[in-house]
Amino acid sequence: MNTPTWAVELDHVTKEFRGSTAVRDVSLKIADGEFFSLLGPSGCGKTTLLRMIAGFENPSSGDIYIEGELMGETPANQRDVNTVFQSYALFPHMSVAENVAFGLHMKKINKADVATRVKQALDMVQLHAFGERRPKQLSGGQQQRVALARALINEPEVLLLDEPLAALDLKLRKEMQLELKSIQQRLGITFIFVTHDQEEALTMSDRIAVMELGKVLQVGQPTEIYERPKTRFVADFIGECNFIDGTVMAVENGAVTLETTGGVRVVGTGMFPVAAGDHAVLAVRPEKVRLVEGQQPQGTNVFAAIVERVAYIGSDTRIIVRLPDGSPFDVWEANTVSTLDPNQYYTAGDPVFVTWATQNSLILER
Amino acid sequence: MYNARTEQRRAWLQASPALIWLGFFFLAPLVLILIYSFQGRADDGTVLWNWSLANYQKLFADGAFWRTLWLSTWIALVVTAITLVVSYPLAFFMATRSPKRRGLLVLAVMIPFWTNFLVRIYAWKVLLGNNGVVNRFLDQFDLGPLQMINNPSAVIMALIYGELPYMILPLYAALERFDWVQLEAARDLGAGRFQTFWHVLLPQTLPGITAGSILVFVPTVGTFAVSDILGGTSVNMVGNTLSLQFGSASNWAYGSAISMIFMLLLLGAILLYFKATREVNDGENPG
Repeated sequence: MNTPTWAVELDHVTKEFRGSTAVRDVSLKIADGEFFSLLGPSGCGKTTLLRMIAGFENPSSGDIYIEGELMGETPANQRDVNTVFQSYALFPHMSVAENVAFGLHMKKINKADVATRVKQALDMVQLHAFGERRPKQLSGGQQQRVALARALINEPEVLLLDEPLAALDLKLRKEMQLELKSIQQRLGITFIFVTHDQEEALTMSDRIAVMELGKVLQVGQPTEIYERPKTRFVADFIGECNFIDGTVMAVENGAVTLETTGGVRVVGTGMFPVAAGDHAVLAVRPEKVRLVEGQQPQGTNVFAAIVERVAYIGSDTRIIVRLPDGSPFDVWEANTVSTLDPNQYYTAGDPVFVTWATQNSLILER
Repeated sequence: MYNARTEQRRAWLQASPALIWLGFFFLAPLVLILIYSFQGRADDGTVLWNWSLANYQKLFADGAFWRTLWLSTWIALVVTAITLVVSYPLAFFMATRSPKRRGLLVLAVMIPFWTNFLVRIYAWKVLLGNNGVVNRFLDQFDLGPLQMINNPSAVIMALIYGELPYMILPLYAALERFDWVQLEAARDLGAGRFQTFWHVLLPQTLPGITAGSILVFVPTVGTFAVSDILGGTSVNMVGNTLSLQFGSASNWAYGSAISMIFMLLLLGAILLYFKATREVNDGENPG
């Protein structure tokens, strides 16, 4: 067969539960060895999608292919995928080693091989000393590693991870993110990772599919998703974003000019086909906005504003200013100079101008 | 300041109502029966105070008693096995319903307790007796009559009917605690339906199986009412022998000796059973 196969291919997959649609007409192609994230708020259908790939649910319509093979109603135990569950779902009556060996045991692999591979799997997740313990005797992070080892020991084509880090505290979560990524790169196994944490998705993924209400809104690399969101929802869900509503006045070489209801003109990069008179929204991220004191700067995208609140968070200072029409606007300034001089920081009530470069703002559908 | 002795005294004090209860209603009668078992029978049927091992010598030579014990054990094993096989799927069904439905189903299981047990057993006699409802119905078609009572099958059936709730409820309690995601995890790891049941669900519900089996086996092996009512003279169980000795035969001393031996054997069997189920549980070892 010469046609390139995908680790997982979803072809117009829809899932309905008693009148409500959990997944709507999703088509995705996930490459071999890719770290692919399904990102979205709770209830967006990402977990249902994962469960359909695992074989716990069957699509109401559409087809799922794993390594080019049509799954149809192939039961979960006959699919070459393994799952790391959100609650880990370890078997409490078995030791850690027995948990890890379970998949091989089911495949009737001989005892000596099982022992070697269990040892390797436990080494991989740094739990070699814990084989005889029961899952209950381990910390949350260690249980997480057991779940990972139990899935990976089967050497699946695809590993499915359902919010596996959600129950861990922040520091451990960051460690596990790096560890998961390095394990994935080392083994070259395709990971499909479900999460509602955008930072987690950005850190780990080769590509991300952003989902809302059962639909995939955008698929792309982390930089594409963050820097070139296609819809307002994506821009808003991934990171922070300021939005300014307006009417399209002019379109020129991809630069779109909007006029706000207050009569101010703003210019951004057009992300969808627009014509004069259309309603649209300008999106600009807070770290891409500059604050200027004193003289009004020249050029486009300049607003007079009053500083309302200042939050110093160490690496950045996060400033909320109020625009003339009363709407709040977020600005993040990197603290590039180390100083205790209060004059170097903004205080509430300061009159300022906010400004940003045209290429740093996008014009999206309202 | 923490004082271990005061603490200990308080613990005893807190436990004392239970200890007094157990001492008065459990330990004292047991000791009494133990003492009786070494006495004899006076001609008027009262206990003759005369310490000896005569009752035990008589018991070990009493072939009829051992046949009774064998029949009781066999009936109780069959009853326990069938109730277990019937109850497990039912408890599984109950435990996998919505919480509201579960409450209703548990209530439904307990409804028979609202009627006296003996009345319900007599109801079976009314149904299955030689002039019973079923035979009169068959008579309309010139069929039968079928001999459905006064045999071990009738006793076994009525015992299963009566003991079912005692098996269902502990099984249900064990299944309700089960974390169902584990079934998906097992399937995900390549286990078929039977393997999932055998390696994941069964070992974790074993405490419920143990509890239910003992709750069914112990009353069943010692029953006398059901075998009396539905077994007639053809089903003689240990309970019937005991009720004979303490009743019309008026040989309390011999009855006490039977009680003691029966109790010891039962205790030994239960301990063995506990040990075996624990070993099965610990022996869960893939590879």
